[in-house]
Amino acid sequence: MREITYAQAICEAMSEEMRRDPKVFFMGEDVGAYGGAFGVSAGMLNEFGKERVRDTPISEAAIMGAAVGAAMTGMRPIIEIMFSDFISCCFDGLCNQAAKTRYMFGGQTTMPIVVRAPAGSGTGAAGQHSQSPEAWICNMPGLKVVVPSTPYDAKGLIKAAIRDNNAVVVLEQKLLYRTKGDVPEGDYIVPLGEAAIRREGKDVTIVTYGRMVARCLEAAEQAKEAGIDVEVIDLRTLVPLDKHAVIASAMKTGRVMIVHEACKTGGFGGELAAVITESEAFNYMDAPILRICGADVPIPYNPKLEASIVPTTPVILDGIKKVME
Amino acid sequence: MTPLQAYDLMVSIRLFEEAIERLFLEGHIAGTAHTCIGQEAVAVGVAAALQPHDAMTSTHRGHGHFIARGADPRRVMAELFGREAGYSRGRGGSQMMMDPALGFYGANGITGGSIPFAAGLALDAQLKKSGRVTACLFGDGASNQGVFHETLNLASLWKLPILFIVENNGYAMSTPTTRGLANPCIADRAHAYNMPGVTVDGNDFFAVREQVQKLVEAARSGAGPALIECLTYRISGHSRGDPRTYRSREEELSAQKQDPLLRMESHLTKHESLPIATLVAHQKQAQALIDEAIRFCETAPLPDPLDYLAEVLT
Repeated sequence: MREITYAQAICEAMSEEMRRDPKVFFMGEDVGAYGGAFGVSAGMLNEFGKERVRDTPISEAAIMGAAVGAAMTGMRPIIEIMFSDFISCCFDGLCNQAAKTRYMFGGQTTMPIVVRAPAGSGTGAAGQHSQSPEAWICNMPGLKVVVPSTPYDAKGLIKAAIRDNNAVVVLEQKLLYRTKGDVPEGDYIVPLGEAAIRREGKDVTIVTYGRMVARCLEAAEQAKEAGIDVEVIDLRTLVPLDKHAVIASAMKTGRVMIVHEACKTGGFGGELAAVITESEAFNYMDAPILRICGADVPIPYNPKLEASIVPTTPVILDGIKKVME
Repeated sequence: MTPLQAYDLMVSIRLFEEAIERLFLEGHIAGTAHTCIGQEAVAVGVAAALQPHDAMTSTHRGHGHFIARGADPRRVMAELFGREAGYSRGRGGSQMMMDPALGFYGANGITGGSIPFAAGLALDAQLKKSGRVTACLFGDGASNQGVFHETLNLASLWKLPILFIVENNGYAMSTPTTRGLANPCIADRAHAYNMPGVTVDGNDFFAVREQVQKLVEAARSGAGPALIECLTYRISGHSRGDPRTYRSREEELSAQKQDPLLRMESHLTKHESLPIATLVAHQKQAQALIDEAIRFCETAPLPDPLDYLAEVLT
């Protein structure tokens, strides 16, 4: 199979959907000639023209609003928020309008919007360009949240998101944009709400997503040398959550560790831990659930500081050993 | 729309809102509602200037806009009663009602919340070349939200077919415009975004209709957006239970002399030579419809609590 990057896979997903459906269009800051801050939409302006690949002023609230209005009347907008941190600038449009309109107005409209936003640290861009804001969004009924960890999933999940009748926030992992992987040419879908078991194991379950998946797999390989057989679940979609996959794995291994880059307090890991303890898996647990998460600080600028406050492979490995005690 | 039809709508809105205030006081309706008594000429004047396929967005004070656009008062009231027959099946209440079939895309509980998505409706019209113009209604308070500025800039830049219509009723809740606007003329702001800005007497149905008609057709022909400031007065309080301690009764009495309904009645009797008895008959007819709406709501079925998840992420 052909290998392309995560960024190219996203571009291909958008382009294929725009060819398939004239209602799909794309807008955001510097997405046209510049190709987006991370180059994801490079070339799309040439193919689709400035009507369907629209550069906007730096006005996140107006961009989000324009998407909500167009979606209410039958278009299927994709918007790019240059950094997921800037979602705070259009929180009303996302959380009070896009998330609620369908329900509050008694189902008289759908809300087919895709909000693409690069997330995560590791670029030295500091506290306002490096966050992982999924917890803000997962707490908002009416929104779906997707975090692809591979180029294959990025394409398939974004195509599914574009075809969904609800607002879907895709937290793209900016450190994965240049990673390569197998991606089929042409149409396929990765359904929203289905987790993937990336590695089967019988001793410990790691529930994770996004760029932490690779680190967890690395730690799992190292744990094998210590005789620990680790299962790694990549959630892929946080809302709707594939509870079945999480609970089934927890029941199988009896030991669970949750790993995410976002800070711990109020983070999605707490929700995952609660989902497990509220389920029948509770009776199978042989150890307390452990969360390995980002530190509760704004992402610092200094590269060493920055690297030290998100879960690293050795820290994840230590966690695996601790859960096994 | 004939002047008498406009009068009928204005009377319906007035009587509807008076009924809502009474039903609240009597405990028949829960939650909150913002009535638009005194602002009927803006709602009906704008509606009269639009084509059936045009779009309208509204505010937290939206019953009048919706009724002017053709909503069934029974179903508006049913929503306030929280009934399944309401426009939002009892999920939205006073501030969340829409009917896409009427081109009405909703009141909004967030001050200024509908301004950005109204631009999205206009973008949809531009992309589809549908010839639809969006009338985006909001208040003087909303004009101080950041989204007002972002959206006017974007709409002007893209020449979107949209009219921004601000109902300046003198108060953002309790804060008078003298303490909320650095420049009391909101229409002036249009010039910053390179679009026409006009101020009209918002208590005069004919003035509102004429101005909106002119600019709506300009927008339809590709001239881009405009900002229309309608000067009016909120005779009612901000919402249920507003003691109106921030303004004097003298001021209210003086403002009531400009009551848009009285001015319309004066026009109909003086310029259209309608006898007062005709107007009284029309008022009685409107009251009968409101009374019938209340009776309808009292017995209309409530939503099934087990159905609370409907329309979430399906």
